[in-house]
Amino acid sequence: MITARGLGKAYGKMPILAGMDLHIGEGEWWGIIGPNGSGKSTLMQLLSGVESPTEGNVTLLGRELGSYGRKALARIVAVLQQEGLEPTDFTVREVLEMGRFPFLNWLGREEKDAEPLIEAIIKKLDLNGLEERRLTELSGGQRQRVALGKIMVQEPSLLMLDEPTTYLDIRYQLQFMDMVAEWRNTSGITVISVLHDLNLAAQFCDKLLVLDQGKIAGIGTPEEVLTAAYIRRIFRVEPAIVTHPENGAPQVLLTANRASYAGGLPHIDPGCKMEAEEEGDRFIDQ
Amino acid sequence: MSKKLAGFGAAGLILLLLTLVVSLGIGSVHLPVREIGAMLLHRLPGIGDSIVPNWEASSEQILMKVRLPRILLGMLVGASLAIAGAAFQGVLRNPLADPFTLGVSSGAALGAASLIFYGMEYSFAGGYTLPLVAFLTGAGTLWVVLLLARDQGKLPIHGLILSGVVMQSFLGAVVSFLTVMSKDTVNQILYWTMGSLSMRGWSYTAILFPYFIAGFIYLWSRSRALNILSLGERQAAHMGVNVDRLKTSVLIVATLLAAAAVSVSGVIGFVGLVVPHMIRLITGSDYRVIVPLSALGGAIFMVWCDTAARSVLAPMEIPLGVVTAFIGAPFFAYLLYRNKKRRREALT
Repeated sequence: MITARGLGKAYGKMPILAGMDLHIGEGEWWGIIGPNGSGKSTLMQLLSGVESPTEGNVTLLGRELGSYGRKALARIVAVLQQEGLEPTDFTVREVLEMGRFPFLNWLGREEKDAEPLIEAIIKKLDLNGLEERRLTELSGGQRQRVALGKIMVQEPSLLMLDEPTTYLDIRYQLQFMDMVAEWRNTSGITVISVLHDLNLAAQFCDKLLVLDQGKIAGIGTPEEVLTAAYIRRIFRVEPAIVTHPENGAPQVLLTANRASYAGGLPHIDPGCKMEAEEEGDRFIDQ
Repeated sequence: MSKKLAGFGAAGLILLLLTLVVSLGIGSVHLPVREIGAMLLHRLPGIGDSIVPNWEASSEQILMKVRLPRILLGMLVGASLAIAGAAFQGVLRNPLADPFTLGVSSGAALGAASLIFYGMEYSFAGGYTLPLVAFLTGAGTLWVVLLLARDQGKLPIHGLILSGVVMQSFLGAVVSFLTVMSKDTVNQILYWTMGSLSMRGWSYTAILFPYFIAGFIYLWSRSRALNILSLGERQAAHMGVNVDRLKTSVLIVATLLAAAAVSVSGVIGFVGLVVPHMIRLITGSDYRVIVPLSALGGAIFMVWCDTAARSVLAPMEIPLGVVTAFIGAPFFAYLLYRNKKRRREALT
C-alpha cells in the first residue's frame, strides 16, 4: 500500500525524522507509538502528503506520493486529525457531503449519486436525527463521529488517524475504535493510527511501530513490542505487563512512582508564607 | 442550499429592482416612479415602441445621463467590494478581514493622491488616468504584500495580515503627508480617500463591469472549496483542496476586484466588511450562498448609501465612506444583537 525509503524531515538544520524505511501492506492496521516529540505527527504528515520530506521518498500504490494531485490523493488517503472538526455553522449533512469533494468535477457534479452512501453512513454511525443540526450544537463525541462519517464518505483505501481519541471519554474512545474496526472488517481498508493509549493500540493494531527521537526503535506485533524492558527504555516509566483476560492482548499497567515523593513536600519557610499572604491581600484590595 | 439561495436570491433581486426604481426618482428634481418605468421600458428593444413618450426631455436627460449611470456604478462598486470582502474573510478565516486588509486601498490612494498632488490627473490617458494609476498602485501593493508574506512557498495567514497592516499604515502615512503638503488641493485628495460616485458617467461603469463579472464567476466557483477551508487548513488539504493555490488565487482576484472598484469610486470602507457578515448572520456560513447574496446585498446597500449621500444635505454631498459607516455600523450592531437574542431563545 505505502512504502517509505530513507525518509527524513528537517526544519532548517534540526532533524525531526531520519532514515525511516517501512512498508505497510494492504489491509493492515498499524499503530505508531512513542513518547512526545518522537516525530509521530511529522511521520503522519509525510505519509499523508501534506508535508514533503527533505530526504528519501514515499510511494503510494507504486507511485511517488508527490506526483499525486491534491484531489487524486484525497480519493485514496483520508486523514482524521486529533482536534477533529472545528465547530462551524455547517449542518451534519453538509459536512458529510463535503467528503465527496475529491470526486467532484469542475462543475461541482459527480457521476455517481452519493446520496445512498451518505444515508447508509448516517445510519451506520447512528447520526439519525442529527442530520440538520449544526456542528456548533454537537458534543465533542458527536462531532468526532461526524468527522469519521465525513471520512467514510470520502471512500479512501488508506485511513490515517492522528490521535483520534484524545478528546473523548472512555466510552466514546471505545465506540470510535470499534467503528473503525468494523469499517476495516467490511471494506478491507488499510489503517495507520497514532495512539497514545498503548492498551487500545494493543487490542486493535496488527503491528506497532515504535518511534524514539526521530528514528524507528522497533516494529513488531503488540506482543513483541509491548514488553516491560522495551517500554522502560522508550518511555522511561516502570510498567507491569499483564495479559487481557478476554482477548489475550498485552496490557500496560502503570504504577505511580512514589519514590520521587520520598521525604515529603519541600519545606516552606514561614517568612515566605507571610509574604505570599500579603501578596494575596493586595490582589483582593485591587 | 439551492432552495435557500433561490428564496433569498429572488427576494434580493426584487429588492434590488425596487431600489433602482425608487432611488432613480430621488434627487433635486423629483421623478415619479411611473415616469421612470416608462422611460426605462421605452429604451428596451421590442417593447420600447409601444410606449409613447409623454415626459419632458430634461427628465430623460437627468435619468439617462446622471442618475442611471451613477446608480449602476454604485451597484457594481458595492457588489464588487462585498464579494471581495466575503472572499477575504473566507480565505484568511478572519472575521475582521475586508477587501482592504492587504493594503490595496492605501496603495490605490497613494497613486491617486500623487497624481492629484502633482496636478497630473488628466496627464496621459485623459479621464482614465486616475483610475488606471490607482488600480496599478493598488495591485502593486498586493504584489509587495504577497512577497513579504511568502515563506518557503507557503502563505501563512498571520504573515499576510501583518504584511497588509504594515503596508497600510506606511502608505497611509505617505498619503497623509501628501494631503498636508498640498495647499490648494487638500480637499480633493481628502475627498478621494473618502469615496464618491458623483460625476462619473457611463465610462466608469463600463470599466468596472467586466472586472465584476469575471471576479464574481471566479469567486463563486471557488465557494465550495472555501466551505471546506472553513473546517481548517490542514483538514481542507486532506480533503483534496490545494490550499496555497486556493489562497493565492482568491486573494489576487478579490484584491484586483477591490482595486478596480476603488480606482473608480475612491476608498469606500465598511461595505466589504459588513455586508458579507450581514448575509452570514441571515443565511449561515455556506459560501455558495454568501457570495451571490453578498453581491446583491452590497449593490443594494451601496445604492441606498449613495442616495443618502447625495440627497440628505443637498446640494452638498456627504462623502460616501462616511455614509456607509453611519448606516452600516448601527445596522450591523442590530443584527448582532438580534442573533444573540435568537440564540439565547433557542437554548431556553
